[in-house]
Amino acid sequence: MSPDTTDALLLSLRVAALATALNAGLGIPLAYVLARRRFRGRGLVDLVTTLPLILPPTVTGYYLIVLLGRRGWLGGPLYQLTGWSVAFTWYAAVVAATVMALPLLVRTAKAAFESVDRDLERAAYTLGRSELRTAVEVTLPLARNGILAGLVLAFARALGEFGATLMLAGNIPGRTTTVPLAIYTAVQTGEDPTALLLVGILTALSCVVIVVANQLGARAT
Amino acid sequence: MSIVMRVAAVVLSVAAVGVADAQEMTLSAAISMKDAVEELGRGFMASRPGVTLRYNVGSSGELQKQIEAGAPVDLFISAAERQMDQLEKRGLIASATRRVFARNVLTVIKPADSTIDVAKAADLLDARISKIVVGNPRTVPAGQYAEESLRALGLWDRVQPKLVFAENVRQALDYVARGEVDAGFVYTTDAAARGRRVKEAFRPAEDSYRPVLYPAAVVAGAKQAALAQAFLDLLVGREGQTVLARFGFQPPPGGVR
Repeated sequence: MSPDTTDALLLSLRVAALATALNAGLGIPLAYVLARRRFRGRGLVDLVTTLPLILPPTVTGYYLIVLLGRRGWLGGPLYQLTGWSVAFTWYAAVVAATVMALPLLVRTAKAAFESVDRDLERAAYTLGRSELRTAVEVTLPLARNGILAGLVLAFARALGEFGATLMLAGNIPGRTTTVPLAIYTAVQTGEDPTALLLVGILTALSCVVIVVANQLGARAT
Repeated sequence: MSIVMRVAAVVLSVAAVGVADAQEMTLSAAISMKDAVEELGRGFMASRPGVTLRYNVGSSGELQKQIEAGAPVDLFISAAERQMDQLEKRGLIASATRRVFARNVLTVIKPADSTIDVAKAADLLDARISKIVVGNPRTVPAGQYAEESLRALGLWDRVQPKLVFAENVRQALDYVARGEVDAGFVYTTDAAARGRRVKEAFRPAEDSYRPVLYPAAVVAGAKQAALAQAFLDLLVGREGQTVLARFGFQPPPGGVR
């Protein structure tokens, strides 16, 4: 395996792991709120968090550039203040992967929360537990398998992210070239052995993901 | 005949007439040639009723790989001889039709509102230049010329950490126009195309890279070989050369050959 190939693999794993961790921190509470609370704008939040799943990745990538680029709504002020921009760094790959994988986690976790028997939660309330404690000590463990399935799916999605990553992070070997981007370049330059190796690795990983997610899904019901 | 058969017969004969009359020619062109080719194409189609040109643009390396993979292209225009040579070696172009018809010049551009002073190649080492875009040297001729030039000037290794690779020269142009990078290597024709958002900083010494020459050739086994040849003749003829000049292209050294 060439150094570029190992770089791509390690980078992809790092990016996907970080993206999944961020999604867990953001997505699980969000999924709970969407599943259990009624509030103004709930439909809108649900819509916005589902968008990256439906929008073409290049569209999401475009929005990310408009938001986070050097002249972006958020990225612009950041650049003016610090001279730093997320574009073309590996953090951009993390951002792209996080955004694209978030809907998978949120939808799966939301379904998992909704399937938890509310009577059990009500029982906890009558016993004096606050909503927060109930959520953490009762609901979350009961929804655990579904959430784990969501995390596994989100990890796989983050690993395979291409379109939005290419737009925000670029394709810089050793810095932002993830496995999907490396496959793209390998095919473009006719390096079939490299392409085949990387494709094989991603396919194997995806198969593992499907099996694990199915097992967790089966145990959740 | 049942009604279904009758409708089917009508539909098929209309379709057959459509196919017989319409001739579609596919042209793979280096993206830096996009605007000039499209303009020439409009005139070409206007003077040939029933002919439609399909443009397939991208980096020459990408287009070369597509042809190698069997893409049904009739004419190939490359921004460097290298990609055309590789196709010729594999017998994928009609060698007798190959002509070099235009020339371009490499330039370094910066965002129009940039206040950083970049007047020569060594200025790229300035700390305020944190990102420089070049086409991916593995597939983009503009990137290959840029690498050649930077190596000749002894700067390639030192600018490595600042380099961002673009998939084609127009993407490189876009990154500069958006201000996502501080400088970029494109052709003078590209700089002119986005003249409001970018400005030329300096032109690398022309002897630091091989001349940017555009060869064109009819692809071997092209379905529309005659049309492809006709378009090629247009490129090398007076009308084509005039349009190319208007877009900023130069004739190849020693004239069209």
